Amino acid sequence: MSLTLSMPSSRKGDGAAPSFRRPPLVPVLAALAVALALAVLMAIATGGVSVPLDRSLSHLASLLGLPGTPLSERDWMVLTMLRLPRIVLAAAVGVTLGVAGVALQAVFRNPLADPGLVGVSSGAALAGSAAMVLGVSGLGLARSGLSLATVLPLAAFLGALAATVLILAISRRDGRNAPATMLLAGIAVNAMGGAGIGLFSYLGDDLALRQMTFWMMGGFGGSGWAQIGPAMLLMGLATAGLLAGARRLDLFAMGEREAFLQGLDPHRFAVRTVLLVALGVGAAVAVSGLIGFVGLIVPHVMRILLGPVHSRLMPATALAAAVLLVLADTVARTIAAPADVPAGLLLGAVGGPFFLWLLRRRSGGLGGA
Amino acid sequence: MLEAIDAGLTIGRARLLDGVTAAVRPGRVLAILGPNGAGKSTLLSLLSGERRPTAGRVLLDGVAMSAIPAPRLAVRRALVAQHQAVAFAFSVEEVMELATEPWLIRPGDRRALIADCLIRAGAGGLAGRLMPQLSGGERQRVAFARALAQLAAGRHGHDVAGPSYLLLDEPTASLDPAHQHHLLRAARDWVERTGGGCAVILHDLTLAARYADDGLLLAGGRVAWAGSMSGLPVPVLERVFGTAFVRLDLPEAEGVVYAATGRAAASGKMICE
Repeated sequence: MSLTLSMPSSRKGDGAAPSFRRPPLVPVLAALAVALALAVLMAIATGGVSVPLDRSLSHLASLLGLPGTPLSERDWMVLTMLRLPRIVLAAAVGVTLGVAGVALQAVFRNPLADPGLVGVSSGAALAGSAAMVLGVSGLGLARSGLSLATVLPLAAFLGALAATVLILAISRRDGRNAPATMLLAGIAVNAMGGAGIGLFSYLGDDLALRQMTFWMMGGFGGSGWAQIGPAMLLMGLATAGLLAGARRLDLFAMGEREAFLQGLDPHRFAVRTVLLVALGVGAAVAVSGLIGFVGLIVPHVMRILLGPVHSRLMPATALAAAVLLVLADTVARTIAAPADVPAGLLLGAVGGPFFLWLLRRRSGGLGGA
Repeated sequence: MLEAIDAGLTIGRARLLDGVTAAVRPGRVLAILGPNGAGKSTLLSLLSGERRPTAGRVLLDGVAMSAIPAPRLAVRRALVAQHQAVAFAFSVEEVMELATEPWLIRPGDRRALIADCLIRAGAGGLAGRLMPQLSGGERQRVAFARALAQLAAGRHGHDVAGPSYLLLDEPTASLDPAHQHHLLRAARDWVERTGGGCAVILHDLTLAARYADDGLLLAGGRVAWAGSMSGLPVPVLERVFGTAFVRLDLPEAEGVVYAATGRAAASGKMICE
């Protein structure tokens, strides 16, 4: 039978609607990379101790044997031991939370899923505060020789994992995720996490309490290279794993049934993705506390700009989230210098209203996914 | 051959399918007919491997569907579901690329393949649109094009043993009459071109008589009748649907026309449990 017999003629819509094109990825990535470089340079130059860029460059030149003046011992220490690890950490946490947010949104098939909102971060924070208050010996690991810097990310990972599995189990019915149920389950998990954290702050001594409180407000201060090392490794692994699954996330985002019909084992893939998200978020929370809304705001803006295809969305989100957190941290360091405002509080102040706007904007509210 | 042998599916206490034997044969179109809730979609989900039967077997060329890994199944069968869920604003082009992506194809060939499938499905003008902005009928056409692309891409430059199967769940439900004929003609054309087999759920008996070779009439999760579409007996239809039918041979319509009269069937009430 021939196809040319009767082709229904084009009518309303067909061809008449403006055919649209997504913007090309490479220029967007290049622009974001430049923005990240500028943000990092600015972050290096500003802070309680101001070290203008030309002096840093002059120092670098002198190191390379070119004419230049080396920095004072104190400035050099401030830059390499305090400021740089902080900037690197902020960027890494941005990358991790941004990519984890995108992955979670695909798994829940809901653009409102965010590690903070659905309780993944809060599970990590609960397990982390337990590790802080009880200490390495309190967890029965005294003889393992592990330091708190290693135990904390692991504990946070387990906490994040438990919370994610709980939320998935509650919000999934017949292989489908009900968006409203997911957010409500997130509220419940957040509340339980809060209660548990309250319990540990009650049990902890003054020092542990103070440490915990500042940790949970979210920020990048006070960590040297040694403290952030293990967490950086875990965040790198999780992010690489999630990026490698970009194409399968596309399939998954179409629906579990569709994904299976097109050749994906959706159950195995969901488990793998959730594990990687928990690993990345757990490690991020361990070193920087609760940094909310990054995984929500940045993917949302990037999705508007580049569309939902994950091989495009994830790298752009990673870079943009790194820019956002490096900038947020720079503001946090300088806005009330010499005091160090927790960057997590700043982001909450911006992210909360953004989330409300998002809820208003989405047609159909919670169920509109 | 893709076949269900004495297949049953029981979920909790609900017996959705009971002892159903059905075969989708290469080179043939099978129409799956029956009242709402008869188990048509359930049968299709068993045939696609999406669900496993709780009794009996579902076999692809003699191998249990459940024993074939998902990526290999994706080359051998595609299913167009009744509803197309869209959580994110993928464009039609992106959806089509995704369906062809697992297989290594040169970009030029891929573009040609996608354009070809869209035109065959009567969705040629929709390539640049976003899924959430499409009407129900437009989405159905895109879903059909995607199924064609999935099966075509899997065979592009690869040796795949055995024919493929196209499973369509009420593909004409939201289509206007011209597109209904166009889509079923495209399915028929696919069967003749590729030597694959097609199973299609239809409510329109006239369309079924026109485009299908074989028919399977389900009622209450059981097979009420199976055979060549040309031999579909009106009394059985009336018994199963509980309404009187008229069957006309109309040369102007190029075949048989079935019309439900809406009057109670002479043979009495529905017998579906």
